[in-house]
Amino acid sequence: MTEAAVKEEKKITDEGLEVGVQNLTAERIQKVINRVLKGESGARLKAYVDTCVHCGLCSEACHYYLSHDKDPQYSPVGKVKQTLWKMLKARGNVSADFIKRASEIASTECNACKRCAMYCPFGIDIAYMMLTVRRICHLLGVTPLYIQDTAHSHAVTMNQMWIKDDEWIDTLQWQEEEAQAEIPTLRIPLEREGADIMYSVIGPEPKFQAQLLYQAAVIMDVAGVDWTMPATPGWDNSDMAMYTGDNEIMGRVKRAHFETAARLRVNRIVMGECGHAFRSVYDMGNRWLGWRMPPIPIVHAIDFYYELIQNKKITITEKFKEPVTLHDPCNVIRGGGLAEKARYVVNAICEELIEMHPNREHNYCCCAGGGVINCGPPYKMTRMDGNRIKAEQLFAAKSRGAKILIAPCHNCHSGLEDINHHYGLGYEIKFISDILYEVMDKPA
Amino acid sequence: MHSIYNFVSGPLAWLAFILFIGGCLYRLISLMVLVHRKEKFIYSYMSLKYSLRSIFRWSTPFATENMRRHPALTIVAFAFHICLILTPLFLLAHVTLIEESWNLSWWTLPEGLAEIMTLIVVAACVFFLVRRLVNPEVRYVTSVSDYILLAIVAAPFITGFLVYYQWFGYQTLLILHILSGEVMLVAIPFTRLSHMLFAPLTRAYMGSEFGGVRHARDW
Amino acid sequence: MLTRIEWDWEPGSREIANIGQWQKKFNWIEEPYVSPNGERIAAIVNLAEGEFNVCVNGEAWETVFDKIWHLRFAPDGRLAAFVSEMGEWTVAVDGSAWEHKFGYVWDMMFSPDGKNIAVAVQQDMKYSMALNDVVWAETFSNMTNPTLSPDGSRTAAAVQVVDFSEGQIHKFQEGVFTAALDGKTWDAQFVNVWRTAISADSQNLAAEVRLDLYDYTIAVNGTPWPQTFDCVWEPIIHPQNGAVIAPVRTNGKWFLAQDGQILWDRKFVQLWHPMVSPNGHTLAAIVAPKYGRWTMAVDGRPWRVTFKDLLTDAVFSPDGKRVAAVAKNDARWLMVVDGAVWQNTFDRVWQPIFSPTGETVAAKIERNGKYSLAVNDRIWHQAFDAIWNPVFSPEGDKILLRTLQDDIYTRHVLPIEEILR
Ligand code: HEM
Ligand code: HEM
Ligand code: SF4
Ligand code: SF4
Ligand code: SF4
Repeated sequence: MTEAAVKEEKKITDEGLEVGVQNLTAERIQKVINRVLKGESGARLKAYVDTCVHCGLCSEACHYYLSHDKDPQYSPVGKVKQTLWKMLKARGNVSADFIKRASEIASTECNACKRCAMYCPFGIDIAYMMLTVRRICHLLGVTPLYIQDTAHSHAVTMNQMWIKDDEWIDTLQWQEEEAQAEIPTLRIPLEREGADIMYSVIGPEPKFQAQLLYQAAVIMDVAGVDWTMPATPGWDNSDMAMYTGDNEIMGRVKRAHFETAARLRVNRIVMGECGHAFRSVYDMGNRWLGWRMPPIPIVHAIDFYYELIQNKKITITEKFKEPVTLHDPCNVIRGGGLAEKARYVVNAICEELIEMHPNREHNYCCCAGGGVINCGPPYKMTRMDGNRIKAEQLFAAKSRGAKILIAPCHNCHSGLEDINHHYGLGYEIKFISDILYEVMDKPA
Repeated sequence: MHSIYNFVSGPLAWLAFILFIGGCLYRLISLMVLVHRKEKFIYSYMSLKYSLRSIFRWSTPFATENMRRHPALTIVAFAFHICLILTPLFLLAHVTLIEESWNLSWWTLPEGLAEIMTLIVVAACVFFLVRRLVNPEVRYVTSVSDYILLAIVAAPFITGFLVYYQWFGYQTLLILHILSGEVMLVAIPFTRLSHMLFAPLTRAYMGSEFGGVRHARDW
Repeated sequence: MLTRIEWDWEPGSREIANIGQWQKKFNWIEEPYVSPNGERIAAIVNLAEGEFNVCVNGEAWETVFDKIWHLRFAPDGRLAAFVSEMGEWTVAVDGSAWEHKFGYVWDMMFSPDGKNIAVAVQQDMKYSMALNDVVWAETFSNMTNPTLSPDGSRTAAAVQVVDFSEGQIHKFQEGVFTAALDGKTWDAQFVNVWRTAISADSQNLAAEVRLDLYDYTIAVNGTPWPQTFDCVWEPIIHPQNGAVIAPVRTNGKWFLAQDGQILWDRKFVQLWHPMVSPNGHTLAAIVAPKYGRWTMAVDGRPWRVTFKDLLTDAVFSPDGKRVAAVAKNDARWLMVVDGAVWQNTFDRVWQPIFSPTGETVAAKIERNGKYSLAVNDRIWHQAFDAIWNPVFSPEGDKILLRTLQDDIYTRHVLPIEEILR
């Protein structure tokens, strides 16, 4: 590829960034940068910046770096250099174009997957630093358009997909009816105050993947779970505001979520197969609100299936035949320790699990996470070029016989779907629930 | 010449140690104050068990994925840090100096070993230098300050070695050695060499977050 | 409808219905609800595919609907639900449907006396509210956070007044939302409008608003406070003096503000659910004085005792002198009254209920999968499959307890001494 072609490819137009930088002044940039770096952040940022010995050891952790033939611009510390170091050195005196590029780097060239934190000998958390850059860009109004729109949706509707209050309930009732064709007495119990479990999902489920609600309802029904779903906002556990740096909206959305669970007085919140949402309710949103841990315990779907299978609430008729491989979503594996439980579940429902390498905590991110896929079509190639290594990893598993790729996370799912197509890998990608639903013992 | 020596090994040495110890305390305390002021929540996640788990793991050669990926660097880095800290502490010449002043003394390294350890430090610095120049990912994040820091660290070892062999003018070299040693000490709290102070803290924090909250390994 | 004083307060237990027998008549019965006076138990029942009804004390409503959801007793004992017929939705009260039909109805709200029922409605993708079968004249392309005034006479919500399509982020940021009281919108528009509060006299409307992506404040009748904050939470309007009170955030800490001015001299890691005592003398809020520690602040002074997980369901006693709340520590639910924690801990506990004099606190509790009643830290010796919140007699000397055990619904009137003994 010629130099010019590379340049061509890199030139992405994004109205969110273009219009955003037009409204910037030098004073505003400086004020916001100093507000965030001096005011909002504290010891962590300082220790990270002062401790980093510029050794580059974090580089190989990052799939962007590995996929770009070890281009140091994509190394974790390289991204910090291009963003925070400059801002700190210039005491906030940076140009509007610099901010635009910083936003691009932080929002689309880092998945905040924290793999690098496991490679840095000091445990420096570069994802945290990239989120700090996003926070600065948010306060400057320079955020990619698609994800900004999603953050607006969260702000208005408390969900990710502009789903109106009634559309949510209507969808649940529709899926309940659909599922009643299979199990006539099945219910999706709305607003059943005092139930054991509140089941929560992300916005795209009712919008595009209603069959997942159906499957969840069947699993709950067959397992005899005492569950409910809210008929009010607060049902959505997803959170793109967390990834745009709009912490206030993140907090507002999470407050609605936890207060809904508290109002329904459930013992636990069980959530669908989603990674970033887990991070939001388990790690980030709750903390912004002052909750050290979630006020109502959060159980990720993997953990929940594990429990159902182990307690024999669900039995398997016949295991899934085709060999599968398992993608470990960063946010629930590196972020929630569910690696072994995921394997227990997959082995319980599938004949053969062919591990991809690296795996567990060391798995490569899908490159969709951290809000990158939510930055929309302009950045699709950023994700494809940025994750060749994932394609190679998947290809290797495929050549050892894997046919199905299990991705128990929504973002991973969509991101891997793109990689699957782009690199012609020929996988079929499934959620655990797709297979569980298929192989579980159901009333005939 | 003698008066310069007296000054450098007397008041200046005092000053250097005061700045070193005072500086270290200052950096640590001010970091804690900052945590206290703005990120108190960090305390609530700190876990002794997982802090130690992480620190221990990362202090063991080849115990982490990334160390195994870079065997040469791992060996060099461990050797470097061990020699860097032990050599000056247990050097016969240093202990003798202290004994003369305060009548305090402790075990010392056999001279030959000290010599080898000194050379290891110097060689490691050369390794780091070459790495910085050759590895694109390291070069990309390197600034002049990184070279200066390497020089600051290497200098007392090089000069000390030269003094030992008394190759050039002994007095001048000794003065240079002492000066460079003092510069390095003072540099520790006020430059990136402060990673000596912060490393246990950042590790403990990440270890606690990974172990206690995320239930995952951090290596 | 009988007033509470006229209910049957004769001590003793009376069996009202055996819902197990209903099972035989219907495909399935959904979770039951009971009337405030305990005389009736009702549930949505399924007759056949696409045929639903409501069964009350064994009797079905006259009309069968295609679908029914959200069955609830109003405080005055009327029984309301959302019902669907021929693809249209409306509200049915005691079996008779409202005249108006809609594309969808949800968010049912009752006034404290139960006389008024408000709902959010959608017709042809246009949104508005309806109160007692009277619909707003105006409709909006979106509507959130519906509210009913304290006296039940007016409704309000955040509404979208300018159309924009997804992806038009800059148009959105110019402000396309406002608040509407009985459908009448404010002149000013905001980036966001969230929870609204209507004053006791129903004349004023306050709302939490976002002016741009970063500046938050409270708007009262469309006029924002001159002060802006990094974030705000829901406002309340003082029932006696009309002051607007809301939690506000600056420099990473939360404060309580009144009409734009900081009220309490303390800052908190979190502060929300502000509330005014019934007599208007005392202000309280749920707060986190430290990270990860929750408690109640009364007139700005936090209780000494704090909790790790959660503090919720705070209520004032009728005389405004006491505050009780539900707390949670390490998966154990607790009851806290005036900063003192009950000795008994629970698997779950529900909102505390004060006796009319404020002397006694009662609550529904769960232990080992069974439900019972706790009064002033004493647990009643009987436990059931299900119970509903206790109700005090007007003198506060007796408690009405509604229980379900082995499908038998029973209404108990218990003298307080019997439980406290
Ligand atoms: C106050 C500061 C210091 C004083 C007064 C001092 C003094 C001395 C003296 C008197 C010698 C012996 C020379 C001989 O053999 O005749 C020596 C050697 C040496 N010093 Fe220092 N020193 C100081 C600081 C340091 C520091 C900070 C380091 C390293 C971190 C260091 C490393 C060495 C080394 C490596 C040797 C040579 C050892 C060998 O090859 O045997 N010194 N120093
Ligand atoms: C005892 C605490 C210390 C710890 C845990 C520590 C840890 C580290 C680590 C993890 C690295 C990164 C990469 C590598 O392994 O090479 C490093 C590099 C380095 N450290 Fe330390 N260190 C400590 C003390 C010191 C001291 C006291 C000095 C010098 C005064 C020092 C000087 C250096 C230098 C020069 C590098 C190499 C930087 C480069 O690549 O150019 N360290 N240290
Ligand atoms: S994408 Fe992951 S590995 Fe790469 S810099 Fe971001 S957090 Fe680190
Ligand atoms: S590995 Fe850690 S210390 Fe080294 S460059 Fe990366 S962030 Fe800095
Ligand atoms: S989308 Fe999945 S793999 Fe990607 S960051 Fe999220 S959890 Fe990780």
